[in-house]
Amino acid sequence: MPVDNDVAPIIEMRGITIQFPGVKALDGVDFTLWPGEVHSLMGENGAGKSTLIKALTGVYAIDSGTITVAGEPRIFHTTADAQAAGISTVYQEVNLCANLSVGENVMLGHEVRRGGAIDWRATHREAARHLEALGLTVDTRTGLFSHSIAIQQLIAISRAMVTDSTVLILDEPTSSLDRSEVEQLFGVIRELRDRGVAILFVSHFLDQVYEISDRITVLRNGKLVGAYEAALLPRNELISSMIGRELDDLAELSSSAARVIDRSGSPLLKATGLGKKGVLEPADLDIYEGEVVGIAGLLGSGRTELARLIYGADRADSGSIEVHGASARISTPRHAIDRHIVFSSEDRRAEGIVGDLSVAENIVLGIQARRGWLRRVSRTETDAIVKDYIEALGVRPADPDRAVRNLSGGNQQKVLLARWLATAPELIILDEPTRGIDVGAKADIQRKVAELSAKGLSVIFISSEIEEVIRLAQRITVMRDRRKIGELESNGLDVDDVIDYIANEGQENVA
Amino acid sequence: MKKLVKHRVFWPAAALVALLAVNAIARPAFLSITVQDGELYGSLISLLRNSAPLMLVALGMTIVIATRGIDLSVGAMMAVSGAVALTIIAESATPEAPEVIALAIGAGVIVTLIAGAWNGFLVAVLGIQPIIATLVLMLAGRGIALLITNGEITTVNSAPYKFMSQGYVLGFPFAFFVSIAAIVIVVLVQRRTALGMLTEAVGINPEASRLAGVRSRGIIWGAYAASGLLAGFAGILYSSNIMAADSNAAGNLIELDAILAVVLGGTSLMGGKFSIAGTVIGVFTIQTLKSTIVFLGVPSPVTPVFMAAVVIIVVVVQSPLLRGSALRAVRSVRGATNSNTTEVAK
Repeated sequence: MPVDNDVAPIIEMRGITIQFPGVKALDGVDFTLWPGEVHSLMGENGAGKSTLIKALTGVYAIDSGTITVAGEPRIFHTTADAQAAGISTVYQEVNLCANLSVGENVMLGHEVRRGGAIDWRATHREAARHLEALGLTVDTRTGLFSHSIAIQQLIAISRAMVTDSTVLILDEPTSSLDRSEVEQLFGVIRELRDRGVAILFVSHFLDQVYEISDRITVLRNGKLVGAYEAALLPRNELISSMIGRELDDLAELSSSAARVIDRSGSPLLKATGLGKKGVLEPADLDIYEGEVVGIAGLLGSGRTELARLIYGADRADSGSIEVHGASARISTPRHAIDRHIVFSSEDRRAEGIVGDLSVAENIVLGIQARRGWLRRVSRTETDAIVKDYIEALGVRPADPDRAVRNLSGGNQQKVLLARWLATAPELIILDEPTRGIDVGAKADIQRKVAELSAKGLSVIFISSEIEEVIRLAQRITVMRDRRKIGELESNGLDVDDVIDYIANEGQENVA
Repeated sequence: MKKLVKHRVFWPAAALVALLAVNAIARPAFLSITVQDGELYGSLISLLRNSAPLMLVALGMTIVIATRGIDLSVGAMMAVSGAVALTIIAESATPEAPEVIALAIGAGVIVTLIAGAWNGFLVAVLGIQPIIATLVLMLAGRGIALLITNGEITTVNSAPYKFMSQGYVLGFPFAFFVSIAAIVIVVLVQRRTALGMLTEAVGINPEASRLAGVRSRGIIWGAYAASGLLAGFAGILYSSNIMAADSNAAGNLIELDAILAVVLGGTSLMGGKFSIAGTVIGVFTIQTLKSTIVFLGVPSPVTPVFMAAVVIIVVVVQSPLLRGSALRAVRSVRGATNSNTTEVAK
């Protein structure tokens, strides 16, 4: 639906800046939302999408800029302020009360009262009316928990409508829905849009964004890239506006894309049809000794999910894995580690470092876990290993006894790399090892990956920055919307080729 | 000196020393130790003896807390081990025989080891919240103990059994050596192997530890089993002290004292880094406090209030945040007086 520019915007955000310690989460961002449109907010990790939403819903206070709702300047101190102004949010994890009934959830705080007491019959009747308005017929007296996530999401939306919201924010509503459930949700979204509700939609699924959106706003690194009419924005332009271009001085690092890999024997690892319902469609991946296989794709494309299934961090429900040609059962990280396969998570803080332990303890943790608690890595052994890796990777400060949480992100990443390299792995899976770290550390890590793979280590390298994937990997697995859409030889490839491939390849398979 | 102040047990130790000093000033007899028949007597010696059950329980609690858990069932487990041991002795024809005593102690602590393993199973395997998982045995344990003793307070006469809490070795109470042995074993097992580091890793960041290949399930399970075992020994000591299996009084509220001792010792209830030395200091602090209360003649109904007041002071002294602002306040006051003097000098 084209936006009618004669109508006044419902939300106008101008020059929004939010400063977190050491980083500008949002830097002078403008955002405009019109009544009766579906507007998608796009961007990679750390682009500022959720910060912008939190500024709009009163979770974060803005440091500068103005927010105007229906022509009136507003300052939201709490989420209640935003709700009172007609802005409702439905989050990915439904925030309803699972132990209450559907009707109670829909009408919570707005129950029909008669003489001070709640008239439950009228309340449920009212709830049913709101649900039916969205084409939903459920028994309002059933418990919320007995319904699927999709229905719960629709119930959350009806609840937003009870409060007469004029702005509805849907933050990744489709991430756990299947195709028909998405259709049902989109039907409701269109219905609301036609009634004049402004809808702000966040999703990582490109196809869905194009299917439902009237306009698209793109953020990158806390800055506004632009706002576009969805119909006039080609996919490859959208993707290249979302991903960052890295600095030129890194481009001078030599490329290992042209290195010839001997693929005559059996692969080091071969995953066939590896998948998990609702997380990743079955995908194949093989990797040979000394090879770097890159996984390219946007956030939420399934690249992390694939890595986690290979490592056993999550349990696959389909497919099989072969290591050195023999079938291998990998359903926990221990199984992978026992086969010399290791994994460094994209979420350094939550899934990587053990913050209060020292640099030295974090480095030997991998070896120690393999040996078990009885065979302690001795002090002298620890000192030797730690000294070697601190030097080899250039960890700064070079103090083994410092708590690892006090190091910068880049140095924490080096510590994690050291932890795994110290276990002498055959395959290392690096998920976004260079995200959010400074250029120097980035170059160090890229150089180390190239150097180790030349010596025979196999690496699965995942990154949002396509340049770095092309430069390091010999082959690239391309993912989109939670499935593998193809595989490319990276020699001679440039970034635009990969972007075009992500944008255009394999679309015919999508309903 | 600066390094000493920065050491993690400095402030807990300072609190204990201050408390001892207050006692020594208020009642000079507190420090006096007399020798009778080659055995030492005095307030400090009683302190060493009476603190043994709490010491054992608090050591186990430290390990459990390090894994982000808590064990509320330790007091009830003390009642169980006492009931098992005394029932065996009471029903034996030869209550003085070493093998009967050994059987009684062995059976008592094996039962609580199993109970601790049950707690560990609930927490590590079934994923039940520790406070709920251990609440089960906290409530059921005393019932089990009463079942074992047929609802009575079983009393026995057995000199060797009594020796454990009342006897002396090399001039010191035997119970004190039990404490020392437990401390040494726990330190050796935790710090000589990698168990301590892996336990801390699991407590600090369970998910990162799992992805690093740490077998966290076994580590958590083992922590609860160890806590059960140590509580079992504490129950033996307690029942040996009164020579009775009093299922309601044994270890009553000791879980709270143990948690307090761990916290006083500087180990965070959030899990992770733990300090055995800190816990030992915490136990002595609590035990000293209890003896101070008796000495001061604080009426027993109001002792909790007195305890609470002292605990607040101790915790404040240890809190880096509060200590920092207190120091700043002192400095600014001192700065103000200094500038006053200069003005006067002019």
